[in-house]
Amino acid sequence: MQGAYEKIPVLKIGDFLITSIQVALHDRLALGLQDDILAKIQETNAKGLIIDVTAIDVLDSFITRILVEIAKMANIMGVKTVLVGMQPAIAITLVEFGMELTGIETALNLEKGLELLEKISQEEYGDI
Amino acid sequence: MPDMEETIPIKDEYDIVTARSAGKTIASSTGFGLVDQTRISTAISELARNILRYAGTGTVYVRQVTADGRNGIEVVAGDQGPGIANLDLAMTDGHTTGGGLGAGLPGTKRLMDDFEIDTEVGRGTIVTTRKWVQ
Repeated sequence: MQGAYEKIPVLKIGDFLITSIQVALHDRLALGLQDDILAKIQETNAKGLIIDVTAIDVLDSFITRILVEIAKMANIMGVKTVLVGMQPAIAITLVEFGMELTGIETALNLEKGLELLEKISQEEYGDI
Repeated sequence: MPDMEETIPIKDEYDIVTARSAGKTIASSTGFGLVDQTRISTAISELARNILRYAGTGTVYVRQVTADGRNGIEVVAGDQGPGIANLDLAMTDGHTTGGGLGAGLPGTKRLMDDFEIDTEVGRGTIVTTRKWVQ
């Protein structure tokens, strides 16, 4: 069966969770990622989450909504989400289409995303 | 060289991925740049999703077209679902009856050059949309 064993890894690095979407996202995979991320947040006490979409070539309204919902749910659990690696063609299409990434921070790439999360979590939790 | 065309039956979510990949391949062969390929495959994804959400099953047909010396791509998304009762409303940004973002049809129209809907309540819906290489 197609997709039966597909799973997107969610990795913990320091205080942050990082997930990089490297395959064509279909609905079930996106919903599975949502569940996995929330479970991992609880399990690891992570302070921040990075979703890397560098390899994504199409973001339609359903998948965009899932990403926004993941960020909202993570936020309710006390975790800030930064979306990184948005391709120019996707940014153009999202804006023209009218899809909004409300409530989700973005950064150009993984490095900038990590910097942003560090900054956010320092503001939130204090330096020491 | 024969024109490229592909018919993708839409019956589950995996077919949405198949349809947009097929569209991207044909768009690339037609001469569209990366941004237009992304616009076209996003439009196909939305149309295929509408079929799945509202009609359950249907077909996405993608082909290369030529008119007035221009090359383009045509996407026809057809279903025999419930049809659209209020087309004006369906074409309004922010309106949805299917739990989506409500940007589906108007958003898709913005991504493409030509956009026509033929719909009849109880009979089904056919969306025909085209984009031309600039």
